[in-house]
Amino acid sequence: MKNLKTLSALALTTALALTAGAVSAETLKIGVSYPTPTHAWAAGMNWHAEQAEKRLEALYPDIDLILINSPDPNAQASALEDLVSVHQIDALVVLPFESEPLTDPVLNVKKSGALITVVDRGLSQPGIEDIYVAGNNPELGRVSAVYMKGRLESGDNIVVLRGIPTIIDNERFDAFMAEIEGSGINVLDHKHANWNRDDGFEVMQDFLSRFPDIDAVWAQDDDIAIGVVAALKQAGRDGDGMFVVGGAGMKETIKSIMDGDTLIPVDVLYPPSMIATAMDVTVAAFKSNGPVAGRYILGATLITPENAASFYFPDSPF
Amino acid sequence: MSDVAASNTTKDKRMRFDIKTAGPAIALILLCIIGFLLNPAFLSEGNLTNLLTRSAFIGIIAVGATFVITAGGIDLSVGSMAAAIAGVMIIIMNSAMETLGPGMATVLLGGGCSILLGLGAGWINGVLTTKGKIEAFIVTLGTMGIYRSLVTYFADGGTLSLDFAIRGTYRPVYYGSILGLPAPVWVFIAVSICGWFLMNRTAFGRYCTAIGSNESVAKYSAIKVDRIKTMTYVIQGLCVSLATIIYVPRLGSASASTGVMWELEAIAAVIIGGTVLKGGYGRIGGTILGALILTTIGNILNFTDLISNYLNGTMQGLIIIIAVWLQRGDWGKAKATKS
Repeated sequence: MKNLKTLSALALTTALALTAGAVSAETLKIGVSYPTPTHAWAAGMNWHAEQAEKRLEALYPDIDLILINSPDPNAQASALEDLVSVHQIDALVVLPFESEPLTDPVLNVKKSGALITVVDRGLSQPGIEDIYVAGNNPELGRVSAVYMKGRLESGDNIVVLRGIPTIIDNERFDAFMAEIEGSGINVLDHKHANWNRDDGFEVMQDFLSRFPDIDAVWAQDDDIAIGVVAALKQAGRDGDGMFVVGGAGMKETIKSIMDGDTLIPVDVLYPPSMIATAMDVTVAAFKSNGPVAGRYILGATLITPENAASFYFPDSPF
Repeated sequence: MSDVAASNTTKDKRMRFDIKTAGPAIALILLCIIGFLLNPAFLSEGNLTNLLTRSAFIGIIAVGATFVITAGGIDLSVGSMAAAIAGVMIIIMNSAMETLGPGMATVLLGGGCSILLGLGAGWINGVLTTKGKIEAFIVTLGTMGIYRSLVTYFADGGTLSLDFAIRGTYRPVYYGSILGLPAPVWVFIAVSICGWFLMNRTAFGRYCTAIGSNESVAKYSAIKVDRIKTMTYVIQGLCVSLATIIYVPRLGSASASTGVMWELEAIAAVIIGGTVLKGGYGRIGGTILGALILTTIGNILNFTDLISNYLNGTMQGLIIIIAVWLQRGDWGKAKATKS
């Protein structure tokens, strides 16, 4: 009698599971989780995610993308649980707030059978994600240094404005210094300007008072570069072939490169649109006849007046 | 006999007072000497102008904070308030461009709105503290979060930028100079003089001190405590709006990272200057020195590579603590009793 009960219960659950499977086969649900935008770069990412959602849902009527942003790691962990329990997602695209606290929640999503795509910030345990999409921080530093070497000669002086002291900043800076080494270009000093316009302005003012001869500035980031340019113009030292190299791909910077600005002649890409790439690849995992699992490291493309137009999104907040 | 004793105590009092008063000035002079030794370019005219101009933001806000703190309050919302006001100013000026053009009228409209917003935001903080009977710390912690998220919302998470045409008209407010001193420094001087007068030469200043020392006694002395306290927050709001008016033309933009930590820098400037955090004693002159000290520390750290970048915070913390230690009771007393 007892056995019969268990058996029928089992049958019932199997039937339920089967119908659930049948429903989800009709529409593919893909959850997209990332931090709430609180700075310009993240706002750009949010915008690109929304654009990709519209585009992909129009292209594939059977795909439903669910975008959720969370203000802190805990909220993101809860959001991931909801995506599994409420939406029963077939795949997850996640840009983790922090690596450590989100490794387990993402692992739980994987256990539910969903395909996992991790964007930009890796998890602290290898092998969880099926697809990894990220920008290339060391390459950003290296490409900037290669451009500097092309424009400057041995004996020229540059100053470096770094970001917030983090591993991202270190990767960029170390790769930059490694590439500059041996070129004869002097790095006079490097200070943290925290990826912030005001700090960029003040640090550059002080560099200008301190060093009478500066030939170029590596600002590492477009926000810092805006502060640097204001300081250069204030001190009247924006002539004589002086140039500033930023990074990321802010729309205002790209616009001025398109217009042929000489003070910021190029930019190095670290695109917030990588979330769209990740969404595309994840959809391709269900739609393409080719294999897609693997690691996608995006190039740190040098943006010049020639190619700038293809990186310019006037409607994006970044 | 009693005459001698009396003259001794007054002498002691004066000496102790002198050390207390001179503390921030001594710290600032020491910092300047260190800066000069590290790099003579520290005392170049360009750098000194940069220093003074940079101090203007925190300095102007800190003059307002001196009143709030003297009257026993605290305002944590000033940095967020500055960011929110800057954001709204930019939006208003950009949209007024079409009707008023990129001329003075638009800039004056922006400035006027900034002052109204500052007064309003200060008044809200004040009324919630006094009539709402909520601790100032909690009220301003709340408004800090509100203003910060408002600017993020207005900017759609990104950055609000002032139209380039208006920037041309507005630019001299930050970059222009009168008689060799940059415009922001003149505003700083004007605010300081008004603040000093208000604090030391008017009944309002004495009421602030009285309320900060003992609110109940002040109430029994027929001081309109609620009104005076609200006024201190309104003054703080006005100072924030003035600082914002000279801040916006610098980079012509506002974002969620505008004015981060300004509240703590302003409070630090006030305390370094000798005002007591729990209220009852306020010094405008000290506050101005405090603001100068804070900016000078950052400036000196940019002038040397002797200290690891990662230790900047340590240096700032040490100097703030030493500057306050220089002027606190025991150190001065020990000296005074010896003599």
